[in-house]
Amino acid sequence: MSEHAPGDLACLDYAATTPLRPEALAAMEPVWRENFGNPSGTHEIARRAKTIIEEAREQVAADLGCEPREVVFTGGGSEADNLALKGAAWAAREQGRGEVIVVSAFEHHAVLDAAERLSRGGFEVRHAPVSAGGVVDLDAPVDLLDDRTSVVSVMLVNNEVGTIQPFDEVATLVRERAPRAVLHTDAVQAPQWCDVAGATAGADLVAVSAHKFGGPKGTGALVVRGSTRLVPLVDGGGQEMGRRSGTHNVAGIAGLAAALRATAEGREQEATRIGSLRDRLAKGITEAIPDACFNGDRAFQTAGICHVGFPGVEAETLLLMLDRDGVCAAAGSSCQSGSTEPSHVLLAMGVPRAEALSSIRLTLGWPSTDADVDRALEVISAAVERLRARPTR
Amino acid sequence: MRVLVAMSGGVDSSVAAALLRDEGHDAVGVTLKLWGGESDSGCCSVSDVEDARRVAAQLGIAHYVFNLTDDFTASVVDPYLADHAWGRTPNPCVECNRSIKFGRLLERAIDMGFDAVATGHHVRVRDEGAARRLLRGSDAAKDQSYVLYMLGQPELSRSLFPIGELTKDEVRRVAADLGLRTAAKAESMDVCFIKRGDRSRFLADHQVFRPGVIADVSGHPLGTHEGFARFTVGQRRGVGVATGERRYVVAVDAPTATVTLGSRDDLLRETAPVEQLRFVHEPPPPGEPLTFQTRAHGALAPGVLDGETVVWNEPQPRVAPGQVIAWYRGDELLGGGIAAP
Repeated sequence: MSEHAPGDLACLDYAATTPLRPEALAAMEPVWRENFGNPSGTHEIARRAKTIIEEAREQVAADLGCEPREVVFTGGGSEADNLALKGAAWAAREQGRGEVIVVSAFEHHAVLDAAERLSRGGFEVRHAPVSAGGVVDLDAPVDLLDDRTSVVSVMLVNNEVGTIQPFDEVATLVRERAPRAVLHTDAVQAPQWCDVAGATAGADLVAVSAHKFGGPKGTGALVVRGSTRLVPLVDGGGQEMGRRSGTHNVAGIAGLAAALRATAEGREQEATRIGSLRDRLAKGITEAIPDACFNGDRAFQTAGICHVGFPGVEAETLLLMLDRDGVCAAAGSSCQSGSTEPSHVLLAMGVPRAEALSSIRLTLGWPSTDADVDRALEVISAAVERLRARPTR
Repeated sequence: MRVLVAMSGGVDSSVAAALLRDEGHDAVGVTLKLWGGESDSGCCSVSDVEDARRVAAQLGIAHYVFNLTDDFTASVVDPYLADHAWGRTPNPCVECNRSIKFGRLLERAIDMGFDAVATGHHVRVRDEGAARRLLRGSDAAKDQSYVLYMLGQPELSRSLFPIGELTKDEVRRVAADLGLRTAAKAESMDVCFIKRGDRSRFLADHQVFRPGVIADVSGHPLGTHEGFARFTVGQRRGVGVATGERRYVVAVDAPTATVTLGSRDDLLRETAPVEQLRFVHEPPPPGEPLTFQTRAHGALAPGVLDGETVVWNEPQPRVAPGQVIAWYRGDELLGGGIAAP
């Protein structure tokens, strides 16, 4: 009945996750099959595992533009963001460097909720506003940044509307107005689209997550530049130079590094290819549904995103209909229960609540094809038309 | 048929979905998120959604969550508070059925191209000619027709109640046979947006408490109260005044914030006024002897319906204004209304 064969699905939700790249699988398989060692040990089996991790670390450092010792492997993007926010805030508190945390209003919940948790521990949290087009504004609000500010977090690419933040400007402003602050960026959505090394050169902390770019789930990394101090979230065996204890996920780390390398190598070509798919998708939607409204300033957006609202249509019902016809898409941010909340990202951009509740996110990725776009256009047009007919009214 | 099954994460709606699937329907499960507040004792909690999702997966049907919190607040919670502020005793589950499950959900289902909505309510339907009749569920102790008194032909023609022919034991057996994790799950008996035993605090937090006087039927003051919303007509326990004899709340007067206590005899009435009448099919012939139910699991009383008044065969305790009065011909629900002051 309603479930489709795997080949009969069009995925337009690659910002949520991506399938494993062949390069990542090839890097992981031998680890699972042969290298079961615990890299913290001292014998040959352990050394083999340690070598896999350190080779991965060097590769990740090269791709993210840092030194190998500055890479901390984590159990995913959320953990990396939490380590950044909480670790830096606690370290600053220990050193008496201030207790003010500044985050953009449309950060991922891994950052927003970590900040919220810190506020319950006595930290002051300030939210930087976001423009209607989806770009953070640290400049206009007076009193946002000051010398009591200990942590600033601004994402590199927004996960819902795909806008790339002008991070150089952010970094310049933060150094000038909040000289004691540690600057973190959640770059989880970035590696497919941006040169993360270049874009985040001004950051002290940079978080990435493997499964967003063809690596395995449950593996991430945090770049910790220079002498940036962090209080660890996980204490124990002192792995990752005491910054993240716990036996390494050796296969996951190997997969992350391989996926990151493959992503970096193909990025420019892929971005062009996916950008033209995206343009065809947006054009097709506009032709079929002339009053569709697109969220996010196109001048700042990554190639793979199409965030679109259909006035008078409830996103929840639209997503159900798309799913029944084998088109996978998303709306807002899913909370744990799986219900769609009005997107905090759109609300932060000043989009009215009703519009936010009628918007869906279509995201393309490295596996996307022309056929996916064709299928999506056909199914979305039909579903929106059906819902707008409103037989109950 | 294409059927949208409202799955609460409980055993009844789990089995409703299973039976529809087994009958060959194209069934899709949906769980409603209705309340974002802190209680989540009922159908809105994350673990209940997880149970519903898991059951749907076990059955091989798709499952979605609809966030209807805005509608629920506007159509159920706000009127619930307003009713209490007026000294009435609302039934929020009835309002939820009226405006959410057989309102917004049914509307969405039809808009999306579904033929019907199904729920796990214990009621049965019978088609007689052009009319669809609504009967009490086979399990008399679990019958839920009372809270569905508002369903008319338009709603019933697009509603399915797959478990109405089963007893609760049979429902649990089907769930166990299918290995569903909800098979032995306890029933939720509370109002879903209020924590167990916390009704007074919920009402107090939402500023519907207005202090006033407790008086006897001749108007003599017996004491004071912190808020009349804590009192319901017919209530005996916890009235907070020691008079040495059994005292019942016989009236709650919002304008003067006065709660009146009296004997059981003071509570008895020859008639009960009803408003907002609804009929499943058409009104019964005038003077037809009917049975009336005034509480979700209350006893039945015989009488006749005369316009907007129930005329009891024998005097009956006053029905708290705001409560549902449903009328039946034998096992068949004919309609109902809201008890008027």
